[in-house]
Amino acid sequence: MTALIETRNLKKIYGTGEATVHALAGVDVKVKRGEFVAIMGPSGSGKSTLMNILGCLDSPTEGEYILDGRVVSQLSREELAEVRNQKLGFIFQAFNLLPRLSTLANVMLPMLYNPDEEVSDDEARNRAVASLEAVGLGSRLDHLPSEISGGQQQRVAIARALVNNPPVILADEPTGNLDSKSSVEIIDILHKLHDNGATIVMVTHEPEIARHAQRVICVRDGLIISDGHDGESECMRSY
Amino acid sequence: MKFKRTLRIAWEGLTLNKVRSFLTTLGVIIGVASVIVMLAVSSGAEAAIADQINALGANLLIVGPMRGMPGASKTMVIDDALAIEEQVVGITGISAEQAPPAQDIKANGVSLEAISVIGTTADFPDVRDYAVADGRYFNAVEDDRKAKVAVLGAGIAKDLFGEFSPIGQTVTVGSTKLTIIGVMEEKGIVSDLDYDGRIYLPINLVFQKYITGMTLSSDRVKTIYVKVESQDKIDSVITQINVLLAERHDVDPAAPDFSVQTQQDIIATQEATTAAFRDLLAWVAGISLLVGGIGIMNIMLVSVTERTREIGLRQALGAKPQDVLMQFLLEAIILSLVGGLVGVILGVGGSYLFNALGTMQTRIVPLSIPLAFGAAAIVGIFFGYYPAAQAAKLEPIVALRHE
Repeated sequence: MTALIETRNLKKIYGTGEATVHALAGVDVKVKRGEFVAIMGPSGSGKSTLMNILGCLDSPTEGEYILDGRVVSQLSREELAEVRNQKLGFIFQAFNLLPRLSTLANVMLPMLYNPDEEVSDDEARNRAVASLEAVGLGSRLDHLPSEISGGQQQRVAIARALVNNPPVILADEPTGNLDSKSSVEIIDILHKLHDNGATIVMVTHEPEIARHAQRVICVRDGLIISDGHDGESECMRSY
Repeated sequence: MKFKRTLRIAWEGLTLNKVRSFLTTLGVIIGVASVIVMLAVSSGAEAAIADQINALGANLLIVGPMRGMPGASKTMVIDDALAIEEQVVGITGISAEQAPPAQDIKANGVSLEAISVIGTTADFPDVRDYAVADGRYFNAVEDDRKAKVAVLGAGIAKDLFGEFSPIGQTVTVGSTKLTIIGVMEEKGIVSDLDYDGRIYLPINLVFQKYITGMTLSSDRVKTIYVKVESQDKIDSVITQINVLLAERHDVDPAAPDFSVQTQQDIIATQEATTAAFRDLLAWVAGISLLVGGIGIMNIMLVSVTERTREIGLRQALGAKPQDVLMQFLLEAIILSLVGGLVGVILGVGGSYLFNALGTMQTRIVPLSIPLAFGAAAIVGIFFGYYPAAQAAKLEPIVALRHE
C-alpha cells in the first residue's frame, strides 16, 4: 500500500550566505493511510516548519512532497489552497475560531471554499451539524466561541477539520492551550477518529500526549533523529 | 454561484461592525448627496435668475457705463437719458436711475437706519413694470421742480405705518422732509435687490439733496432703462443709442464708455456666472466624494490589518487569494453602493425639502443621480482594490501567526 504522505529529502532553507538557516535539512517521512503519528522535538528543531509544509501552508526549498498520490511541493498558491481545502483538516493550538460566528457557522467555513461542487446551504448545514454531533456538541450550534469552554472550542475546531472529509488531519499542539481534563477529552476524540480510520499527524512537545500516537517521529536540527513506536521515550532522552 | 457566497461573507464582515461601517459609509453618503443637492441648487438658481430677468418686463434695454473702464461711470448723465427719450425712435419710455448713499429715515415716530434711496424719472413704474399700489408716482413736472415727494416700497410703508395708509404723511429722509404720495406694490427680492425695502424719489431731488461731495457732476446716472416698442425694433434702437451716446460722449463708437444690453445679454451673463458657480459646486461635491473614498480605503486597510489572523485561517481552510481579494473588495463596494443609494435618497429628498421650505429654489438635474451613484461605485472599486490586494497577498503562515 502506498503512503498517504511521503516526503523525499525535504529541505527548507532561510536566508543566504553566512546567515543561512537550514530549518529542514533533508527529511524523509512516510505516513500510511490510517496511521496516528506524533511529531516531537524541541523548539527550533524544525517540527513547525515540517508541519507547515505537510499542511501545504508553506513550500519546501528542495525535495518533494507527495500527498495522496499527488506531488504538491511546487504547486501555485491557488492549487495549494485547493489541496488544503480538500485533503487536509487543521486543528490549531489556539483553536482559531472566528469569534463573531456561531459554532455552526465556524464549522461551515471550509465548505465556503470548496472548489468544484457547489454545496447547497441545506447540505452544508447538515454536514456541519453531523460534524458537531460527532464531537459531542450537537446541542451547542448557536453559541459563540466565547460562550463555551476551551475544550469545547477545540472540539468545534475538530468538527471544522472533519467537515470536508479530508484524508489527513493535522493537529498542531492541539492540547497546548487546555487544562488536563480538556486535554483528555480532545485526545479521546482523536483516538475515536483514528479508530474510525482517520489519518492523524500531530505536533506536540508533551510526552504524555505523544504517547497516545502509534508512532512518534522525533525532529532535531532539521533532521529526523528517531522514528518508532516507543519514540516518545527516545525523543525525551535526546532532549 | 461562488459570487453569492463571497457576497455573503463580505456582508457578514460589514454587519459585524455596524457603527464603523456606517461611519465609513457616511463619507460617501455626504459626497453623493452633496453632488445631487449642489447641482439642484445651481440649476434652481439659473431658473430663478431667468424668471426674474424676464419678470423685469419685455423689450427692456439696459444702458449703463461700460464696466471695468476707468472714468466711464462719470460720463453717463441725466441729459443722456433725456436725449435718448427725445431723439431715439421706437421707444415707449425711459427710466434713468441713480442710487445715492443709504439714508436714515423717520416717519410716524419710527426711525429706520440706512435705507436704500433710488432716484428715478417719472416713467419708472411703466418702464420697469412695477406698479403703484396706493396713491400715485410723481410726474415729470414734479421731477423737474425737485418736488419734495417720496414713494415708499411696500416693506418700508409697512415698517413705518403698519396697516395705515401713509399717503399725505411726512417722511424725513436724511435731513429733508418729504411728502409721501404713493406706495409701490409688493415685488420682493429680484436679482438680490429688495425692491420693497427702498424708497423712490425724483432723480433731480436726489441730485440736489443726496449726491454730495461730487461737485463735478451731480447729475450722473447709474442706469438708464429703455423700453422698446416691440421686439423687432430692438436692434434699431440699440444702434440709435450707440450712435447718440458715442457722439454725446465724444468717444469712438468701436470703444464706447457705455454699454447697451438686452435682457438676453444679461441672462447670458448671469448664466455664465451660475455655470461657473455650478462647476465649482460640482467640484467641491466631487472632492467630498473622493474624501469619502479615501475614508473607505483607510477603514479597509485597518480592517485587513485587524483581521489578518482571520485571513490566515480562511486561507488554511482553502480560501484562494482571489477569494480573499473578492471578500474585501466586495466589502468596499457594498459600503460605497449602500452609501451611494442612501446619498441619492438624501440628496433628492434634501433638494425637494429646500424647495418646499422655500430656503432655496432647487431643480434636480436628472443626470446627477446616475452620475453620483456611478461615481460612488467607481470610488468603491478604486479605493477598495488596494486594501483587498494587500489582504490577498498575505502568506498563510505569516497571517496565522499574526497577533
